[in-house]
Amino acid sequence: MADTPQIVLDERLKKEGIGARLIKRPELGAIAGVVLVTLFFLITADGAMFTLSGIMNFMTPAAQLGILAIGAAMLMIGGEFDLSIGSMVAFAGLIFGACTVTLGLPLLLAIPLTLAVAAGIGAVNGTIVLKTGLPSFIVTLAFLFILRGASLVGLKLASGGSTQLRGVRDAVEGDWLAPFFSGDAFGPIFAWLAQVGVVETFNNGTPKVPGIPVEILWFILLALIATFVLLRTPQGNWIFASGGDRNAASNSGVPVRKVKISLFMFAAICGALVAIITVMDSGSTDARRGFMKEFEAIIAAVIGGCLLTGGYGSAIGAFFGAIIFGMVTIGLTYTNFDQDWFQVFLGGMLLIAVLFNNYIRKRVTGER
Amino acid sequence: MSDIVLKTEGLTKHYGGVHALEGANFEIRRGECVAIMGDNGAGKSTFVRQITAVEQRTSGRIWFNGGHVEFADPLEAREAGIETVFQTLALADHLNVPDNLFLGRELVKFRLGPFSILDYKAMRKATIEGLEKTGVKIPNISNTIQNMSGGQRQCVAIARTATFKSKLIIMDEPTAALGVQETAQVENIVRTLKGQGEPVILISHNMRQVMDLCDRIVVFRRGRIVANLRKDETDGQDVVAYITGAKTQAEYEDVAAA
Repeated sequence: MADTPQIVLDERLKKEGIGARLIKRPELGAIAGVVLVTLFFLITADGAMFTLSGIMNFMTPAAQLGILAIGAAMLMIGGEFDLSIGSMVAFAGLIFGACTVTLGLPLLLAIPLTLAVAAGIGAVNGTIVLKTGLPSFIVTLAFLFILRGASLVGLKLASGGSTQLRGVRDAVEGDWLAPFFSGDAFGPIFAWLAQVGVVETFNNGTPKVPGIPVEILWFILLALIATFVLLRTPQGNWIFASGGDRNAASNSGVPVRKVKISLFMFAAICGALVAIITVMDSGSTDARRGFMKEFEAIIAAVIGGCLLTGGYGSAIGAFFGAIIFGMVTIGLTYTNFDQDWFQVFLGGMLLIAVLFNNYIRKRVTGER
Repeated sequence: MSDIVLKTEGLTKHYGGVHALEGANFEIRRGECVAIMGDNGAGKSTFVRQITAVEQRTSGRIWFNGGHVEFADPLEAREAGIETVFQTLALADHLNVPDNLFLGRELVKFRLGPFSILDYKAMRKATIEGLEKTGVKIPNISNTIQNMSGGQRQCVAIARTATFKSKLIIMDEPTAALGVQETAQVENIVRTLKGQGEPVILISHNMRQVMDLCDRIVVFRRGRIVANLRKDETDGQDVVAYITGAKTQAEYEDVAAA
């Protein structure tokens, strides 16, 4: 045996160029998509879209969707779906609203309580899926209706007959935790940037962009954490293995049940975080909050390179997938196109993304 | 007696009304290679799944390394030193070779409660050493498993057993889907491991392979052990007679007739 182990080279192995290696990255499709959509809007849209305030305009909805999409992507890599995260936004909004308005709890209690309820429901979803062996698609579809219905019933109880619960903004005003979940961050820096002329100002001297909306910071933070977990921790390997082949992972000693239930909980917590941020921003919660967001989140994850079969994908991909979604949603308002084209455009984007990802998957797997 | 690495007594597994394994008494000693043979559905893989705690047995007792053991899950069995190459490979397609070798027991360079960071460098180094130890040639260990041939995958699965300080290696039909050259490579690995004193349980349908590699042959039929034969007191034809039920060893007649 040699003192220093060497990898034996095989003459059949051709050295891959950087291009060939790049194309195997799951997030490539989404990055290419961002470039494509940016080019499209650079040509067709008003220049205002790509000013700082324009970018904030499309990044805000992108971030709200993106937080959900990262949860959905992690779960999809782990081989499961959660169709109830959209309804979870409404339900967690109700819990949060009831905690702050009806019970008058401070954010220090209301936020952990909301996140814990969401995590609990995620755990129930996951446990049912794993105990019964039923597809997560079906189980979470049931929760899509249950949570949506429960939100409606709960809101009527909490508000005394209305489907909307108001007064959240007043209830949380002055709470020291509020700036972490609502409004804009780095206000003083942006005010200074406006003073020195880097950021545009209105006639009265206030900056056109008063700061970075906190959801964008949460979105970036979550994308970074999720990417780190996937690529640098044992748990990341367990997620890929559990999603790729559950039996193989289990035989290898991966705690598949724990991994999958944790992912269901994480997806639900992402839904609750979106609920907290959006409810605090708007000051009220209603039963239609998060409507259809589960599908948009899955679309963003798929655009981001997640395979529907599990075991493959990336959080960074979902990050870019959500940005594409935000650009398309808001971008059309900057163009001369009729708004009615929005869904056609979105569907087209999804189709192109899936075709592109399918092509990449074939390249990666060598069609075995 | 101290030579005995694994011993089972009355190992039984029922799946509802199906009695897949019934009262299996088995033992393997240090440095021994024991073949488990039998028809499809004879209970060979079921037997392995009970030892490795992939499933929990209905009844029976297991001793490993001198002590009575109750493994809760496959990871506990692996940590105790039982390494298994499963019929279905137990590899994650989208992970590379080091990630697969260390799946479920990754090397980490930093740990804080449940949070830890992978030590890729150490895992790569140990992987290359593990591959060396078994003589396995994988051109590029950074490749994901899905890009590898059947033989390479099997070699990775077997190399995994050698990377850790195993006390018993179980291989469930390791060459069933391999070509001639790849089969020879896997058989070489088994010889290398045996030469290093590792006890090996080999489940196989391949008579030549069994006669070539193993010291003893245990035959399963309809969920029961029907023969325990030393290689030098039997031959292929004789073993086939036990597999098909034409013969049963005297000491197993009671259980076989039950």
